[in-house]
This record gives sequence, structure tokens and C-alpha cells, in this order.
Amino acid sequence: MLKNRSLIAPSDLTLEEIEELMRLSEKILQTPERYAAVCRGKLMASLFYEPSTRTKFSFDAAMLRLGGNTLGFSDPNTSSTAKGETIADSARTIGKYADLIVVRHPKEGTAKLMSRYAGIPVINAGDGGHHHPTQTLTDLLTIRHYKGSYSGLTVGVCGDLKFGRTIHSLVTCLARYENVRFLFISPEELTMPAFVKEELNAKGVSYTETTDLEGAISQLDVLYMSRVQRERFISEEEYLRLKDYFILTAEKMQLAKSDMIVMHPLPRINEIATDVDSDPRAAYFEQVRYGMFVRMALIMKLLGAEEPA
Amino acid sequence: MVNVSKIKEGIVIDHIRAGHGYKIFQQLGLDRLDDVVVLMRNVDSEKMGRKDLIKIESNLDINLDVLGLIDPGATISYIKDGERVKKVSLTPPETVTGILTCRNPRCITNQEHITDIKFHLVDAATNQYACEYCDARTRL
Ligand SMILES: [Zn+2]
Repeated sequence: MLKNRSLIAPSDLTLEEIEELMRLSEKILQTPERYAAVCRGKLMASLFYEPSTRTKFSFDAAMLRLGGNTLGFSDPNTSSTAKGETIADSARTIGKYADLIVVRHPKEGTAKLMSRYAGIPVINAGDGGHHHPTQTLTDLLTIRHYKGSYSGLTVGVCGDLKFGRTIHSLVTCLARYENVRFLFISPEELTMPAFVKEELNAKGVSYTETTDLEGAISQLDVLYMSRVQRERFISEEEYLRLKDYFILTAEKMQLAKSDMIVMHPLPRINEIATDVDSDPRAAYFEQVRYGMFVRMALIMKLLGAEEPA
Repeated sequence: MVNVSKIKEGIVIDHIRAGHGYKIFQQLGLDRLDDVVVLMRNVDSEKMGRKDLIKIESNLDINLDVLGLIDPGATISYIKDGERVKKVSLTPPETVTGILTCRNPRCITNQEHITDIKFHLVDAATNQYACEYCDARTRL
């Protein structure tokens, strides 16, 4: 049962609970209008101690489309933290008038701390470089929607694998399903960190590391792109030498399977050329829609909202 | 001369890794005890080369978690009427609360000054614990 629970890390959810959320998300995305009043009278506090317009809009849109209301802030300077209130006290007070808290904060562990004191469900919308579980759920829904299931997929992740939290979460989550194979495509400076690989080794999950996107792309069912940032490189020359290898273009897409999908957490800079956007395999803008639907499903479940008859 | 070799009633914490005796002394709050407490440092040991040793003349209820955390190799003997009645060997505790602090500067516990943080044992071989809030690893 997800009712009255908090979601702090992707690993808080069992595979059955993920499946429950995915099923409800699929139902909502087929007929969203049926769900327009299921959270009527409910109030969601969205507390963004660190600005992230994209994530805040997605959560607010989700709650409003369920017929609920939202309040909150997107700039910490307007909140009571400016007056020195502790996170624990903020959680206690907000828990007295809201039904659900969505929190983003630059410090790791903040959502967990709030969940201890709020007395109402808390959703972690990002705690520093730590967890961002609804991004992972968004990715899972996108893959499931296009591919039907996760088992047997070959998933390529490309770009900055060293610092990409989104990618670490997705990979460790997908590794819980049977027979998923990974290709890690990155410059040597930005390879997948040891803690992720150790987890895969322990589970007997197979993965290959390569620096060659063009050579790897034909094997993939899913290609998850991420940004390679200039500041990660020692020198400008190194960056310029390497960056094109990790940019997806229409030309490289010709080598890919006809049903491969391309994903990206957005915003992109230049790692996916705009000539890929019109390709039917480009799923990254659709991903944004799925992000809202999966948040609708999550809010419903945590609030224990009844499905419409 | 003070005779520290035998106690009648109390607890002997033996086989403490040399240098850890004072830490245990502090963590158990033995400085606040009214009873006789002896801390011996750098005692010759056949097995360990050098070791530390603590004798407490009191039936104190000592926190074994703290001991297991600082030095899982130490042994505890409970003494009654000059005889050892019970010997306990330690294991690192699965969880500890309120003893460790998180060293991750990005962790919320360092901004909010939370003192009752729960840590979970993640690697018994290296005695490493993970913070319940940020998962960063630490050891005492
Ligand atoms: Zn921490």
C-alpha cells in the first residue's frame, strides 16, 4: 500500500509498487479527463528551496489536473527559512494544513528529514545530488510505454556517466528487472562510477563500456542521452576533440534500430542535434508528458484517492 | 602503590587496540563516574603487541554498541567476587543512533544540527556506516 507513505528514494518502492504506479499512469494518460476531480479538496505544498521551474510545474500541473490545489514557493528567500526556521519545524507546521508535501532542497537528506516530522506524505523532488525518484519513475513510464516491459532490453546510456545522478538511478532501478543489458557510452574521463558497477556485478547484470556511440547504437533498444559539460574536461582541446563523439545526430540515427527510442532528462544543450527532433524515435519531449502522468499517479496513490468509477 | 591487577566487582574491557582506550573512556562517559576507573595504555600483550585496558569497579550498564563501534576486537569481562562470571565478545552493531555524526558537508544534518542520526552498518570488514539521510559512509 502506498497510501500515506513518502517517496524519498527510488529504492523505497518494490517492483510491485512500481508496476502499480505504471498501470495507473497508463490509465490516466489514456483518459486524463476521467481523473479531473479525484483529488478535489486536497492541498499539495510544493516547497522549492532551490529553483527548478521544470520540476515544480510538472508537480503543480499534475495536482491541478487531479482537481486538487497547490501552494508553495519557488524561491527560498520568500519562505520562512529566511527567518531561520528549521526544516523540521517547517515540516511540522506545513503538515498541519496541507495533505502532501513536495520538496526540493540543495542539501542531501532534506526530504527524508521532512518526512520524519510532517505527519503527511512527502515526495522528494530532488535533494542535492542525492535522489530524484520521480525522474526515475518518468523514465520508467516512458520506456514501458514504448517498449511494453523492461525485461530483455538493451539500454545504452551516453554522455556524462560519472556525475549523472539521473542515470545512476535509472540504471540501478532497471537492473532490478530480469535480463536487462547495459552499454555505457562515455569519454574515458566520465565513465560510470565504481559504486554503480559494483551493484551490477553483485546482481550478475551484464554491461559493456565503450567510447564509441556510433559503433554501439545498432544494438540498442533504448538510448538515454545526457549532457557532456565543458567544465568536466581538463582542457578546452580535450573537450573539443571529444564532444562530437557523444552528440546524437540524424546521421547516427540511421544506424539505429527502427524501434529504438531516444530519451533525455532535458534541458539539452547540444548533445542531441535538432535534426533528430522530427524522428519518430525521439521520445524526449513525450517524456515530459509522461513525467506529469506518473506524478498524477503517484499523488493519487499517496493520498489514497479513489479511482473514478 | 595502587593495585590495579584485580578487581572484586565490576567490568574489565580488555584487548582494546592500543590508542583506542581513551576514546572508549570518553564515549562511555567514564570520567563522570564516581566509582574507581582505571585506564591502562600501551600494556604489553603477547597477542597484540600493545593494548589498552580499562577496569571499572562498578556494575555499570555499559553501551556495547559504542564499544562495538569503536573497537569490535575488545572483550568485556564481568567480575563478581573477584571471579569472572561472564565474558562478552563484540560485533559491530547493525545500527547506531546518536553516536556518529555525518561528515558529508552537503548533508542536511550539518545544516540543521541533528544529533540523533541513525547510521546503518554497510561494511562490517571496514566498520563503515551509512548516514540515514544522505547515505554517505563514515566510521568512528
Ligand atoms: Zn548524512
